[in-house]
Amino acid sequence: MQDLKGDLSVLDKPVAGNNGVSLISAMHDIQEKYSYLPEEVLRELAAETDTPLIEIYRIATFYKHFSLTPKGKHRIVSCTGTACHVRGIEVVNTEVSRLLGVEPGSTTADGKYSLETVNCLGACALAPLVVIDGEYYGNMTASRIRKIIRKHDKKTEKTACSCSSSAK
Amino acid sequence: MRNLQAGLKSPADLELMRKRLKEARGRRENYLAVCGDTGCTVWGSNTIKDSLQDCLKRKGFLEKVDIKFTGCLGLCESGPVIIVFPQEIFYQKVKEADIEEIIDKTVLKGEVVERLLYEDPTSGQKYIYASDIPFYKNQVRVLLGNNWINDPNSIEDYIAIDGYKALGRALTEMSPAEVVEEIKISHLRGRGGAGFPTGRKWEECYKASSDHKYIICNADEGDPGAFMDRSLLEGNPHAVLEGLIIGGYAVGASEGIIYIRAEYPTAVDKLSLAINNAEKLGLLGENIMGSGFNFYVSISIGAGAFVCGETSALVSSIEGKVGEPRQKPPHLVERGLWNKPTVVNNVETLANVPYIILNGAGEFCRTGTKESRGTKIFSLVGKVNNTGLVEVPLGITLREIIFEIGGGIKDGGKFKAVQTGGPSGGCLPEMFLDSPVDFEELKAAGSMMGSGGMIVMDEETCMIDVARYFLRFLKDESCGKCFSCREGISRMLEIADSIARGTGSLEELELLKELGSAVKDSSMCGLGQSSANPVLSTIRYFEDEYKDHILENKCPAGVCRELISFDIDSVFCNTCGACIKNCPASAVCEDKEGQPVIIQEACSKCGTCLETCKHGAVLKR
Ligand SMILES: Cc1cc2nc3c(=O)[nH]c(=O)nc-3n(C[C@H](O)[C@H](O)[C@H](O)COP(=O)(O)O)c2cc1C
Ligand code: FES
Repeated sequence: MQDLKGDLSVLDKPVAGNNGVSLISAMHDIQEKYSYLPEEVLRELAAETDTPLIEIYRIATFYKHFSLTPKGKHRIVSCTGTACHVRGIEVVNTEVSRLLGVEPGSTTADGKYSLETVNCLGACALAPLVVIDGEYYGNMTASRIRKIIRKHDKKTEKTACSCSSSAK
Repeated sequence: MRNLQAGLKSPADLELMRKRLKEARGRRENYLAVCGDTGCTVWGSNTIKDSLQDCLKRKGFLEKVDIKFTGCLGLCESGPVIIVFPQEIFYQKVKEADIEEIIDKTVLKGEVVERLLYEDPTSGQKYIYASDIPFYKNQVRVLLGNNWINDPNSIEDYIAIDGYKALGRALTEMSPAEVVEEIKISHLRGRGGAGFPTGRKWEECYKASSDHKYIICNADEGDPGAFMDRSLLEGNPHAVLEGLIIGGYAVGASEGIIYIRAEYPTAVDKLSLAINNAEKLGLLGENIMGSGFNFYVSISIGAGAFVCGETSALVSSIEGKVGEPRQKPPHLVERGLWNKPTVVNNVETLANVPYIILNGAGEFCRTGTKESRGTKIFSLVGKVNNTGLVEVPLGITLREIIFEIGGGIKDGGKFKAVQTGGPSGGCLPEMFLDSPVDFEELKAAGSMMGSGGMIVMDEETCMIDVARYFLRFLKDESCGKCFSCREGISRMLEIADSIARGTGSLEELELLKELGSAVKDSSMCGLGQSSANPVLSTIRYFEDEYKDHILENKCPAGVCRELISFDIDSVFCNTCGACIKNCPASAVCEDKEGQPVIIQEACSKCGTCLETCKHGAVLKR
């Protein structure tokens, strides 16, 4: 278990145009460090910035980017933007959920994979698009994603992988 | 370079530097532009660039031929894309195995490698030069054109193509009021969606008296299916930065903030580098080029909320709070960021500014229509052959964009609709193909220009599914402040869902229309006010398709899961067993005669059988 206490160096950075602290940018830094927003750190942030915890909780739940639960070791991010939708991402997503046994937004019980969706990855010409651990896979179909995940599964079984590179 | 440390003390210094850079450039006109935008890097353009470098090194030509890893070259569909200069020979779908041949034949001897040329999907004609390809030929690439000759990470490259010249001119030859006036004469309208005249917005802020003002660049690009702003920021960050500084000078702001979405980490990196380099050269910071004007720029990163693209929500998000829009007036020029006068402009709007100042409003006005001047960048995606980024003069028809530039519908399909304006826009059917693309025309048709997403749909796209898609998106993204938006969108989604499942009624369809106009009329911000556009436009133009779902329980496009089924036609089936082997749900079995059949109860409707069957024996209905 990581020591979650005492690291609020993020609070040194002033917010654009003002001397105060931007809670959002502090939370970005926290999430970057822990891959999610641990409660202990948020409590500390609240105390440090003299902000009610409820306000911090409000921000954490308002913005889609923030997560209050730990992410899986490997991140599968699928794009649910319009271009990806009309080219059939839904079929792909259903297949991924079926394979891993979890719905988008959650993590497999063994903590290996988390399944996320994002509104657009900005590479719409390659729709439908899935990103696994930062690597982009374009023109996805149900059968292609099945092969890719199986391959990824085998690969990561052999080499205990520690990648948590943030997908776009 | 000496100047880099010393900083530019005047526009004359900048001109001197430019002259030197241009001379150095003139000596090296042989270069390869390798597209380094996200699209092409997914196709592997990183490795292509490295192999080109290795190959040139091996052959001892590294000194003679430059490789530029550029911003988006446009034709994302055919990546990785390479353009060989000075001839402008265009190669697509380049693989590592092709590198040696490209260098030996094209770079060294000027010969063409046939198989890498672009082939028109309809006529089958091959093209050698980029500018001959219909995709490029019919565009006017004022903003994107520089991507071909520009390394986005190099401020020297930008300066060599007259970068920051407009800034020098504005700061020394024009007063802020004159800059505002020039933009007003240009009729430049905001590219972020609403099309508000930029000059008028700047004038209001210029006139506001305050000790401190802000100018914000809106790079939130929340419209799903659009990536114009990302590509501009990644391909030519200095143009946006220069526009921002000029804007700051014009409105009297000393601070600029670029609000960019967290999903664009590469754009953030490139922008940060650009800001750094501009600061080093004295193009940003204190006393810019000796003019006495001080201007500072910082980056603020969003956290994934569509509504933060709305200006008052955006300001609140920069302040570190929840991004909820507020009632206007007071407008942002009266009460903006930290309660100071603030102007917000879109990325593309700002990228147009240096061009206008440098070439004059008159030159800018020569392109476009009377009410909508200049060019607009669209991300042309969906069921179209040449997906990618296109820049066209306003007033061009949808047909020209989709069929001439876009090369028509994918896989020989039939055009059904085009969606513009993202979640605030609508779907336009065939009858609008010959309408000019400008702010007013699109609005009158029930859609809007929006920021530039253009999603082409064919007969296999279900309009109810599209309407449902946008409602789901908006339900997730509504901030929840207005009751009508929060509840109205949810109720509309319920109805659309029920129609898509085949359980809807005609009364519900009427209710959907009524709800749509109620939400439109009673919501506070742009999100709610335009949230019904996708639904209402699909009902307006595709009511029959709604009725097919309601009365016949049929989805003619074959999309709505509950209304379709897969079957195997024994006439075409040669019992190869591919469907049985590949079905992830194990829903295909052999019957007594060894004929594969689909067990409907077990079928997850993923379409794998259809995809894998080589004999056309799987039917979707
Ligand atoms: C819900 C909503 C989302 C918006 N998203 C964006 C966006 O992502 N990017 C953008 O430039 N403008 C967006 N806008 C429009 C902005 O509010 C604003 O009109 C624009 O940034 C002004 O710049 P312009 O005049 O240069 O277009 C959005 C508006 C609304 C109501
Ligand atoms: S819609 Fe999927 S990348 Fe844009």
